[in-house]
Formats: sequence, C-alpha cells, structure tokens
Amino acid sequence: MNWITNYVRPRINSIFSRRETPENLWQKCDDCGTMLFHRELSENLNVCTNCGHHMGITPRERFLALFDGGVFSQVTVPEPVSDPLSFRDQKKYPDRMKAAQKMTGEPEAMLVATGEIGRTPIVAAAQDFSFMGGSMGMYVGNAIIAAAEEAVRLKRPLILFSAAGGARMQEGILSLMQMPRTTVAVQMLKEADLPYIVVLTHPTTGGVTASYAMLGDVQIAEPNALICFAGPRVIEQTIREKLPEGFQRAEYLLDHGMLDRVTPRTELRDELITITRMLLGMPPAVKGDLPKPDMAEPAPAEPETPAKE
Amino acid sequence: MTQYLDFEKPLAEIEGKAEELRALARQNAEMDVEAEATALDAKADKMLRDLYKDLTPWRKCQVARHPERPHCQDYIAALFSEYTPLAGDRNFADDHAVMGGLARFNDRPVMVIGHEKGNDTKSRIERNFGMARPEGYRKAVRLMEMASRFGLPVITLVDTPGAYPGKGAEERGQSEAIARATETCLQIGVPLVSVIIGEGGSGGAVAFATANRVAMLEHSVYSVISPEGCASILWKDAEKMREAAEALRLTAQDLKQLGVIDRIIKEPLGGAHRGKSATIDSVGQAIDAMLTELDGKDRAALISDRRRKFLNMGNKGLAA
Ligand SMILES: [Zn+2]
Repeated sequence: MNWITNYVRPRINSIFSRRETPENLWQKCDDCGTMLFHRELSENLNVCTNCGHHMGITPRERFLALFDGGVFSQVTVPEPVSDPLSFRDQKKYPDRMKAAQKMTGEPEAMLVATGEIGRTPIVAAAQDFSFMGGSMGMYVGNAIIAAAEEAVRLKRPLILFSAAGGARMQEGILSLMQMPRTTVAVQMLKEADLPYIVVLTHPTTGGVTASYAMLGDVQIAEPNALICFAGPRVIEQTIREKLPEGFQRAEYLLDHGMLDRVTPRTELRDELITITRMLLGMPPAVKGDLPKPDMAEPAPAEPETPAKE
Repeated sequence: MTQYLDFEKPLAEIEGKAEELRALARQNAEMDVEAEATALDAKADKMLRDLYKDLTPWRKCQVARHPERPHCQDYIAALFSEYTPLAGDRNFADDHAVMGGLARFNDRPVMVIGHEKGNDTKSRIERNFGMARPEGYRKAVRLMEMASRFGLPVITLVDTPGAYPGKGAEERGQSEAIARATETCLQIGVPLVSVIIGEGGSGGAVAFATANRVAMLEHSVYSVISPEGCASILWKDAEKMREAAEALRLTAQDLKQLGVIDRIIKEPLGGAHRGKSATIDSVGQAIDAMLTELDGKDRAALISDRRRKFLNMGNKGLAA
C-alpha cells in the first residue's frame, strides 16, 4: 500500500480546504518578499523555501504535520466562565471573541491533542497566535491543565508549542492567575517523571514566557523567534537606547543560556521524536512521514472542525 | 508635610489654610484663630471622608503608588524583630529591589521577603523603584527554599510596578527567573502568606504572591498590566488609564469577589500614608491571622492547599 498517497495527500488537502480561498494561491514571504506558491509553502510548513523565514502556522496545521499520518485526537478543554469581568474597551470582549472565532474557525487560542509521533505516543498542546495574539486567559490555562492531566493519565510526555503576545488583558487578574495555574500543570508532569518539552515559536512574550513556556525539561525554539518577558519597544522606552540587532531572538537566547536548541520547523518533528524516545528509554524510531497508527487506543478520530459562529 | 494627589487638591487648600492660620497665630499672640481653624479641620475631615468613601479604581492606583505609603522596610522594622537581611543570588548580584532575610514575627522565626521601592531619590534609584531584576527573583527562590528546609513560614510583602524591563534583565532570563520563583512558591512545604501592600504589578508580583493566603490593603491594586499600559494597547491612548483601571478590576474589593485574594485589610481614613502605624498594625494582625489559619498543616497539606487554591481560581466571574 502506498501510504504516502493515501495519507499525506489528504492531510495537505485538508489544510487547503479549511483556510484558503482560491484567489489566494500565492503568498508573499514576509521577509524576503518572494512570491511563494501556496501549496509549496504549506508543504514546507510555512517556512519560506527561498530564505528560510518562519511564518505563522496554526495549531491544526502544525498537528496535521506533526502526528503520524496527520491523525490526532482532540482533548476536550473545560469551558471557563465567559467574559468574567464584563470587560469592555473600545469593543466588548465577547465581540472580540466572536470575531477571533470567525476568523480562525477555532473556539480559543489553544489546541490540545493526543496521538503518535514516530510511533511515540504523546500529548501535544499548541497556542494559536492568530487567535487574539495567542493571549493567555482562563481557556488557555484550562487547556494546559487538561493537557498535563491527560499526559499524566496516559503516562505520556507533553510537547507544548508556545506563541503569545502575553496575557489576555480582557480577563484582567484572571489572566495573570494563569501563571501559577499553568505552573501547577507543569509540576504534575514533573512529579509523574514525564518529559515536558517546550517549543517556543514566534512570538512568545510576557506572562507566557514567565510561566509554562520557560519551565520545560528541554527548551527548543524556532529560528528567529522573538522570546522575551518585556517587549523590545517597552525596553527601548525604559532605557532610552536602541537595542542590538537580534536582541531577544531565539539565537540570542541560545547564546545567553536560556535555550537548549534552535531548530528549524522542518526538522522539529524528527528532533522531538529523538528526544522524547531517549527520555522515555525507548529504542530509536523510524523517522519520516508515517502512516496512520493502528487504532488500538480509543478512536483518535479525524479532528472535527469546530462550529463556526 | 503630606504630598497631595491630584484629586486631593481641594483638600490641600483647606488643610493649607488651617495650617496658615495656626502659623499666624503663633506669631501673633493676640490673634484667636482656633475657632476658624477648627471649622476648617472639620471641613477637611468631611472632604477626606467623601473623597475616600468611594475611590475610583484609578484613584486607588494613585493612592497605592503614593510616595509616603508605608513600604516593605517600614513593615519589617515595625513588625519583625532580629531582622537579619540575607543577600545575593549566588550567581550574579544582589538585587536591592528585593529585600529579605531571617526575622522573628511574634517571636517565631520566619523568612520575610518583599519588594522595596525606596523613599527618596537616592534610595529609589538604588532600589530601582521596586522593579526587580532576575537576581531579585533568584534571591527570593534561594530564601524560600532555605525556609522550606528549616520549616520557617515565608511572609512576602508585595509592592512593585512590575519586573524591570531592561536589557540586562532580559539577557539574564527575567522570564525564567519569574517562572522559577512562582514554581518555588508552589513547591515549598511551609506556610506562605502574602500581603499586597501597594502595587501588585503583573508577573513581578505573582512571583511572590502565589501563596496559601493573600491579603490586600484596602487601596492596594493588583493587576495583569498597569492601567497606562492597558490603555495604550487597547485604547491606543495611554491617557485612557481611568477607563482601563475601571475595566481591569484591579481593586482589592473586586479581587476578593473574584476569589483571587482572601482578605482585605482596612486602611486609615485618607489612605495608609495618613496613618502609617495603624496600617502597619493592621497588616501585622492580618499576617498573624493568616499564619494561624495554616497552623497544624503538614508539608503535603500546605502544598496541596496552594495548588487547589490556584487550580480552582477563576471558576466564577464577578457576577457570581
Ligand atoms: Zn523568504
């Protein structure tokens, strides 16, 4: 059976069908300006085939490429109280939420799933920067707690992809409280001796960096990702000087001892397989695209597309 | 002499007038101003009552930042004996924005840690206005771990605009330092109680306030972002800080209702700076009460108490 045609192609198709409109067959690289054929870009995980620049990728696209055969099963995240503060700035918070849901087709800024990578069972969580800047509120906190609980229950490692402009200001203090809440989640994994691997993607800032995103056993970042507590603009305003080139970028953090590795997105999957299998004491894996796993575990179904509003 | 906040201007006029009259009388033996001055006092008192009866969130921010508000070192000096400061993160430096050390609270040995803003230009610069660098959080981690090993309760006093947004701070891992401090708060097997005495600024505050019990002074604030910062991001106008302060629900009263803090400590009329020793006494009583609530809990119970508290937090909104 030729599994590449059977499984890999539908995976790519599904990316197309969900997000892209037909007139959008070409996309310009944010960095070098090259016009890239959308399909090619998507197959390369939104990394520019000309200059290697890493563009944004949604959790769903990432998971389709990460899991064997693009198959994963979504973990249900407990719904928090919506709009707990009745927050209103220039817009009402519920209106901002609805707009983000409509734009992304996702209910919130984090997706949690179980599945296999290189036949290694894992739990993965990924933050969605396109959903209100990936900002961390009650839902994201609940998602990370659910991911950790699922990992502990199934005795699997947790791989977390972070991407956030920071806290969800519209949830005020409750967004701040996600720093201790998600730290409790990380502690659950550590107590169960389960690997917790963080992949920091562009950008990861503020309270997210200052909690679960910096507490991994292994810290990997995608090239040139901005990773910081205070953003460069705030720092420039405070110290009134220009910051050096590359400041707070992944490579800079690597140089300063804050990361283990900087790894291109296209090589991440293999690297994650290698690392998790060693940490779990498993033999080396077969790498590359793998077919859909045997369905021994309870029905890892095709991910559902959440209802749009 | 009291420094007045902008909304206290009418009060400043009346209190100033009373002061002036009394000064005149001191120079002029035959002048009798007492009746008039007393009337002004009464008027000032009523005005103070009115002003502070229903402080808006933004005014609370101003009171919380008042330069004469009692600071960490005032509480340590008044409430603790044998305070023995311990310095340094054993790695890079000693951060003067964070003070801490061994001390006795009601004769019981404890570890006390807090942000210190300083009280004049020189000390404010030395203390970096209470904005800690990674070294400050790493010093706190060291002290908390020591306290846990020797069974000493930890008391934290929170008063910071936030962690310092500086170049060196970022290079030395501000995020990681804050994350580890929060993690340590959750791990230690001794009672951890926290009082937000002024400003609870974002992650820089959480790193100390992830405690079994959290109290707040009546006019303190605790927020994910400063109202000015929030206004400039969401309203695209930093001058909209009043609206932002309103929307963020950063007052002790709102946070109590949300279940984020456990108790509110009353301040004297006109704010903590108008009655420092009364404020400090009340804070001392609150710390004592919070420690008493945790008496008899073993290490495992203290750790799980803290975890449960934060895991369950936020499951009700303000409407509830
Ligand atoms: Zn390019």
